[in-house]
Amino acid sequence: MSWDWQVFFQDTGGGQTYFNWMMSAWGWTLLVSACSLVVALVVGSLMGVLRTTPVKAFVWIGNAWTELFRNIPLLVQIFLWYHVIPSMFKSLQQVPDFIAVVVALGFFTSARIAEQVKAGILALPRGQRYAGLAVGLTLPQTYRYVLLPMAFRIVIPPLTSESMNIVKNSSVAFAVSISELTFFAMQAQEETSRGVEIYLAVTFLYFISAFAVNRVAAFIEKRVRVPGMIGSAK
Amino acid sequence: MNLSFAFIDWNLISSFILKGLIFSVQLTLVAMIGGIALGTALALMRLSGKKWLEIPAAAYVNTLRSIPLVMVILWFFLLIPLLIGHPMGAEVSAMITFTVFEAAYYSEIMRAGIQSVPRGQVAAGYAVGMNYRQCMQLIVLPQAFRNMLPVLLTQTIILFQDTSLVYAVGAYDLLKGFEVAGKNFNRPVEMYLLAAITYFVICFSLSMLVRRLQKKIAIIR
Repeated sequence: MSWDWQVFFQDTGGGQTYFNWMMSAWGWTLLVSACSLVVALVVGSLMGVLRTTPVKAFVWIGNAWTELFRNIPLLVQIFLWYHVIPSMFKSLQQVPDFIAVVVALGFFTSARIAEQVKAGILALPRGQRYAGLAVGLTLPQTYRYVLLPMAFRIVIPPLTSESMNIVKNSSVAFAVSISELTFFAMQAQEETSRGVEIYLAVTFLYFISAFAVNRVAAFIEKRVRVPGMIGSAK
Repeated sequence: MNLSFAFIDWNLISSFILKGLIFSVQLTLVAMIGGIALGTALALMRLSGKKWLEIPAAAYVNTLRSIPLVMVILWFFLLIPLLIGHPMGAEVSAMITFTVFEAAYYSEIMRAGIQSVPRGQVAAGYAVGMNYRQCMQLIVLPQAFRNMLPVLLTQTIILFQDTSLVYAVGAYDLLKGFEVAGKNFNRPVEMYLLAAITYFVICFSLSMLVRRLQKKIAIIR
């Protein structure tokens, strides 16, 4: 077998090269990942917090959410948001495919993040919560000023791996024809029959993306470090 | 739109969905058994203390863990026919892919499991005259397996969910069964909904069982 990297400079038939297409596909991968990550962090933190509150109903909602979104495969969830929900609610039919994928990937990951955030809050000494309440803070204030600032620092490492997972999981968006990297790989492989070169390039881009996420997270972890706590250098 | 499930009968289930379910379960079991075997070997390589064993095993695990599963499925579907010289069915290709891919994840679990066994246990094994193999086989691995059983099973539930990704190469799994049935009866929405419910029921009940098992094991320890 011989290499043929020229394939990336071929025209796709639409006036752009495969290389250009791949770069725009990379952009879609990053965009889907970034938007999903925002959804996942917001919803996941909320659900994780609900699961640690003393209110039974909140705990139930948080638990139900986690179990629901953790026990259905991502691909099936994407189909749910893409096929099932719009046909049940007419008003949602105009929603672009991109939003469906972001919601699906975001909610799917939020279940995992909820789990991490809950574990982070429970890892704190119980006295912290009592201390917060004892000095007259309300429950939301206790979370905002006492518990969450520490809990989020504890869960940065697992959140980092979840963020890297989001980049990887965004590949499932190929199933609803979002023009991201995996979709590009499948299409370009079919059109050019230079599968190995194309897959290598795409795999490499996934590597870089995940690595970049990892570095950004490491930077954040370093910046928000509390002096004197475990994990801080000095 | 009104959902209607009236068209569903035993005939539909047995001809479309059971076929897919059987493949998904088969794929899960093959990849679980193969993956745990290969993963344990990789974990032992990484903990062997010999550089020439550690580095390839670490490279294997880290590479596979940083590539999306869909890409791995595509890679194998493309490469295996190139290597063996003739095309291979999506089903067999999927079994090989999942075994190789899951081994990377099982290996990390087994590594943690082996590391959770106190060092004294190994020393005790050597002290009574066992060699490395006996020590691992009779003392360390049984304990590592028992400690890690809930995590291994949770990973298997994730594996079962991930089998739906064989969609990328068109293998006939549980999801595909629902999809084909939905196309044939022109009821795709109901079928996708049922697919979600089916996966949820299976995975949720399995994870409940794992949780119960976890409690039992915690008492033994």
